[in-house]
Amino acid sequence: MSFHTTPSQTVGPFLSIGLPWPEGEFAVPPDSPGAIRIAMTVSDGAGEPVPDAMIETWQADPEPSETSGFRGFARSGFEAGDGNYEVVTLKPGAVPMPDGRMQAPHVDVSVFARGMLNRCVTRIYFADEDEANASDPVLASVPADRRETLLAQPTDDGYRFDIRLQGPGETVFFAI
Amino acid sequence: MTTEYVREDADPPLDYPPYRSTALRHPKEPLVYLPHTVTEITGPQLGPARVRGELDSDLTRQHEGEPIGERMTVTGRVLDTEGRPLRGTLVEIWQANSAGRYRHRSDRWPAPLDPNFSGAGRAVTDDDGRYSFTTIKPGPYPWGNHHNAWRPAHIHFSLMGQAFAQRLVTQMYFPGDPLFPFDPIFNSVRDPKARERMIAAFTMDGTQPNWATGYEFDICLRGPEATPFEEAH
Repeated sequence: MSFHTTPSQTVGPFLSIGLPWPEGEFAVPPDSPGAIRIAMTVSDGAGEPVPDAMIETWQADPEPSETSGFRGFARSGFEAGDGNYEVVTLKPGAVPMPDGRMQAPHVDVSVFARGMLNRCVTRIYFADEDEANASDPVLASVPADRRETLLAQPTDDGYRFDIRLQGPGETVFFAI
Repeated sequence: MTTEYVREDADPPLDYPPYRSTALRHPKEPLVYLPHTVTEITGPQLGPARVRGELDSDLTRQHEGEPIGERMTVTGRVLDTEGRPLRGTLVEIWQANSAGRYRHRSDRWPAPLDPNFSGAGRAVTDDDGRYSFTTIKPGPYPWGNHHNAWRPAHIHFSLMGQAFAQRLVTQMYFPGDPLFPFDPIFNSVRDPKARERMIAAFTMDGTQPNWATGYEFDICLRGPEATPFEEAH
């Protein structure tokens, strides 16, 4: 390794000047076949909503054959102001581990905010994928009593995923 | 194909009491190790779709008039830890105006807003990994972290890299800023050498006669973990 990384710094309170854009939260147009809405909240160690965060999601395509044009990425935080965030996307397909074992469908998530000197990384798994979740190697590495914090719960038009940065029910975050 | 990115730990801790807002916004449970699978070694290719034209990278020409302040260029290369350029990757910046005021409804510092300055820019790196912005030098500004707290002048940088594992948000500072010793955000990076990597260099080569001062700021993202074979060299 010949170079050293540039360190992370907080996005600060004014990230909405530079980062979010109106279509950013749509990984697919909301009227696309198979589109799901993932509604999220971010709360702090006092249980209060975090209104000035930004969430980014990155994920696999639904199926290898459906890869054309799917952005796979969404960014939410356009002056939401109330601690609620959402992305509209497609449910990801299953992808392998480097050793070939299959992972359950999942979405990688970065949380950025004032007061966070680096992003916090978590993963969304889907509560209605019991069988795939049961054999997912990453979920298996998470203490059993905390796995539920990574499960998005089904709703009428998609899923709900609550991110607790600290305290009771603290979301599992990953060292990436 | 890359199987794992380096996990160099130059980054600041999430729990850093001198920066008060970290208190309720850091996880207390230990982070769980995440192997770099296909989800982490791939990433969105946002560049061309997010940059509409050259005005996106010239923050001094986004309005009818010119902003007040010291016109400057910031250019640099986005590299990985192997020194390889990251081509076609999105670089996003945002900053205060020359008086230290952000165009944001939550910024209550009563320095003047500049009607000719929005403070946001986007660029895509070229084949050498190089980006370039024209802007004005942001001012320092006070904030409420502690008594007489002032942020050193800085420009926020957001880098997508080419993989989820490379994603970086940082701040670029200016050489010799007298506020450095007093800023908990700058000093949250504990290694002084790592802090230096957030400071741009003034360059006479990049300075253009009768036009703009020039600053150079290279950004290094994580590269692939070297294999034992490569380490033997």
